Amino acid sequence: MNQNNIISPENLVYAKPELMNDTPMHYCAGCSHGVVHKLVAEVVSDMGLEEKTVGVCPVGCAVFAYRYLDVDWQEAAHGRAPAVATAIKRVWPDRLVFTYQGDGDLACIGTAETIHALNRGENITIIFINNAIYGMTGGQMAPTTLLGQKTSTCPYGRDPELHGYPLKMTEIAAQLDGTCYVTRQSVDTVASVRAAKKAIRKAFESSMAGKGSSLVEIVSTCSSGWKLTPVKANEWLREHMLAYYPKGDLKDTTDL
Amino acid sequence: MGKIKGAIVVDTDRCKGCGLCVVACLQDVIVMADKKVNVHGYPYVEPGSNADRCIGCSACGIVCPDGCITVYRKRMED
Repeated sequence: MNQNNIISPENLVYAKPELMNDTPMHYCAGCSHGVVHKLVAEVVSDMGLEEKTVGVCPVGCAVFAYRYLDVDWQEAAHGRAPAVATAIKRVWPDRLVFTYQGDGDLACIGTAETIHALNRGENITIIFINNAIYGMTGGQMAPTTLLGQKTSTCPYGRDPELHGYPLKMTEIAAQLDGTCYVTRQSVDTVASVRAAKKAIRKAFESSMAGKGSSLVEIVSTCSSGWKLTPVKANEWLREHMLAYYPKGDLKDTTDL
Repeated sequence: MGKIKGAIVVDTDRCKGCGLCVVACLQDVIVMADKKVNVHGYPYVEPGSNADRCIGCSACGIVCPDGCITVYRKRMED
């Protein structure tokens, strides 16, 4: 059977999401950001909210997210994305408003904004990419860096006496009364990508239904920062990251 | 009963050769292109000699961070 007979539009089962444009992404090879961008694009299309979505970009590797997804975007100062998203959602309650933040942005400089936006129960979704390192600036230690993990600013491994302990933002968010859906997912395998898509969909739906704040943490890889190949980085993620950051729903009061 | 056959098309100019799809493919359809690079200087993947074993499961497309892979699937009547 000739392959060319199969390749025709009526047999199409998977393609790049329509909302993702053809601009080549600046992310390193194998970066989890690309997968999460695709999931956001797919969920927004599935919900039919292409014209009613406003994303808030962070500072970090995903600072150029507005180049790749054809929805409305607003750039925020470092860490201030939840505050900006609060304003957008309050002015335009009918819009789907989400922020897309890394761990340096959300768990370090923006901890206050994040916790207070979640605690106020703003009807926004925060997508939290946790790769345990500052990727864009050269692989420095982040609040979420694992104990013993080597980075450019802790070359002998993170030492709790000197650097403190890894911060579990998602567990903190689950304690807040303002949140309705707090979950931790990953995108290292096909099954986990599918689960992450469902989680993002549920978070977006609860935002639109006005049930409160949602936080979707995606445990991600940073193959450049971890100095591993993309395939080895996924194995390292499963072995070390998921041991400290276990996957699953931490809080779900959405009834969806 | 008809047999399900699949086919993939790789956007080789967009591919960065991370190799995540090679691991995800259970039928060993995708391989790294041998000593070749695309316009951006990245190595890239392509359907290899096992291309006819593709079942169109979309696993490669789902894990691809850059959305380079388009998957087709057809039920064959035989």
